[in-house]
Amino acid sequence: MRPQPHFIDYSIIVIYFGFVLGIGFVLKKYMKTSADFFLSGRSIPAWITGLAFLSANLGAQEVIGMGASGAKYGISTSHFYWIGAVPAMIFVGLFMMPFYYGSRARSVPEYLKLRFDEKTRGLNAISFAVMTVFSSGVSMYAMGKLLQLLLGWNFNFAITISALIVLAYTFLGGLTSAIYNEVLQFFLIVLGFIPLVFLGLKDVGGWDGLKARIGSDAMVHSWKYLGSPDTNPMGVEWFGMIMGLGFVLSFGYWCTDFLVVQRAMAADSMTSARRTPLIAAFPKMLFPFLVILPGMIAGVVAANSVGPNLTAKASSLEVNQQIRLAAGKGIIPPKLDQSGQPVIKDGKVLLDFDLATPMMLVRYFPSGLLGLGLCALIASFMSGMAGNTTAFNTVWTYDIYQGYINKTASDQHYLWMGRMSTVFGLLISVAAAYVARQFNNIMDVLQLVFAFVNAPLFATFLLGMFWKRATGHGAFFGLLGGTLAAAAHHGVTLPAGSTPGVKGGFLGVVLHHYPSEMAQNFWTAIFAFTTCVLLTVLISLLTRPRPEEELKGLVYSLTPKPKDEAVSWLQKPATLAVIVGVLLVGLNLVFW
Amino acid sequence: MGIDLRLPIGLMFSAFGLLLAGYGAATHGDDMYLRHSLGINMNLWWGLALLAFGAVMLALARRGRVRAGLDR
Repeated sequence: MRPQPHFIDYSIIVIYFGFVLGIGFVLKKYMKTSADFFLSGRSIPAWITGLAFLSANLGAQEVIGMGASGAKYGISTSHFYWIGAVPAMIFVGLFMMPFYYGSRARSVPEYLKLRFDEKTRGLNAISFAVMTVFSSGVSMYAMGKLLQLLLGWNFNFAITISALIVLAYTFLGGLTSAIYNEVLQFFLIVLGFIPLVFLGLKDVGGWDGLKARIGSDAMVHSWKYLGSPDTNPMGVEWFGMIMGLGFVLSFGYWCTDFLVVQRAMAADSMTSARRTPLIAAFPKMLFPFLVILPGMIAGVVAANSVGPNLTAKASSLEVNQQIRLAAGKGIIPPKLDQSGQPVIKDGKVLLDFDLATPMMLVRYFPSGLLGLGLCALIASFMSGMAGNTTAFNTVWTYDIYQGYINKTASDQHYLWMGRMSTVFGLLISVAAAYVARQFNNIMDVLQLVFAFVNAPLFATFLLGMFWKRATGHGAFFGLLGGTLAAAAHHGVTLPAGSTPGVKGGFLGVVLHHYPSEMAQNFWTAIFAFTTCVLLTVLISLLTRPRPEEELKGLVYSLTPKPKDEAVSWLQKPATLAVIVGVLLVGLNLVFW
Repeated sequence: MGIDLRLPIGLMFSAFGLLLAGYGAATHGDDMYLRHSLGINMNLWWGLALLAFGAVMLALARRGRVRAGLDR
């Protein structure tokens, strides 16, 4: 039987919706100019932009995906935080924010225009705009599917209600609304998941009990088995991990993705903008305990006898018996195909790891607390959508509409366009959610293309900010070349056990087999990055440099170092960075 | 901009805390705590924790308002 949320659970969700909408309505009267709507008038204090910086990325895919990864790979999943996100956050705060915030660019593509040229901005703006609306659609689809599976909600209802609420509050309050709700969601996730981790750990006998139950040393150490891809469950070796994930992918995401950078751009001062990612880094470091541990626990605990049993997904008795034969692992149910049958590959039942965390919620939370947990999940889905929507409407309005379609309209017109693009951005996202539901493969292909586009980005920004000789032609063709290199590398390699297609090898020949999909992805990124650097440097040296006066405030060597007088030494970006760095090394050592 | 965010955060979590703690007190000893939360009345305890968090946020918002008043 499915968990039956009670009146109390729904009350919590309804109260949350009320607050979310209320914030939108209250903020409406402050939205007077386009800068209010798209940049929050650059007036938000650092603690709020910091939590929003973290939370904008903390969509439900992250919460659910990290739980799934924890169940699959164990504590090594923490690499996404402790070698991935956090070092990149330190870097963007200390070294890149001075250019983003200091150049007064209103978006990441606009920085590219100031630093390089129109075509580089166009390439970035258009690919980013397309990516965000589709990501928002994928997020919606995932939410609809989960609520349908878990609670038996109607898919259409779940999509419609969430889209309408997100539309209402971003339409009314713009970026400020999105940021405020992201902070609300941050506290919901933290306060909704602490009791889950507490109960789960208590049940298995703490970290030591969990280690004993998992029974695999490689699942409970993050670095010890990274010497060779054969010895760790991720199938990745340390170089691919550090360079691919740690350097190229994480820095690429946290340092160049407008979804997160926009939060810092809304800060009330340069110091606040630089502190934004550093403040975010503190909770980010601790998130593995909140989101990875539940997944690991889900793999080793027994289902409660009377409680929810997701194997009864399709309610027919026949399906139930089928699945009981093909038991899952812990409380993680087997993956079901369209007809409700468990998927079996190579004689083994495939597990639906994405359900690890949701199953933990229904396993350990009694009615009441369950409402809080579900509310946290729904909130993270919705703030993911809102984050994408606000990033989209800004890039659309400033970089595409004002950049190419209507250059000279009044500010009020752009504010109006911002609101309109919020509406049609969300409409496209809803459409994408339905496409994803119908044709899963299309979404896989799209996400693959996005990965190719994103892979070389960090190289362009790095060269742009720290090498004054880099030129617009160099950046543009470096980006294109990097994207093509990513596609080509993916096209001639294949992870073990896959057939040519979306997983790789689509160019006809397979030159190399990777031990895992993750290893392949990391190396795709490394190839794209390297190609982009080489091409950009080469073409830049062959083309005419821009005069240095034009690059003041855009390039490291031509910009005065930012000063932080307004805050005490303890709150200065550099101090925060040192504290984060020390804690980070400590965490890596403890779970070595 | 506009509103002190600590105010809605404080209000919302206080409301959640009251709801959960009240519900926990009313359902004390219910079977569901045995089935789900290892026999602990998590609604009651976590409800009280949320209430405390909400109260701290409200107190901070109030202090902020008083300070803003003094500045003016």
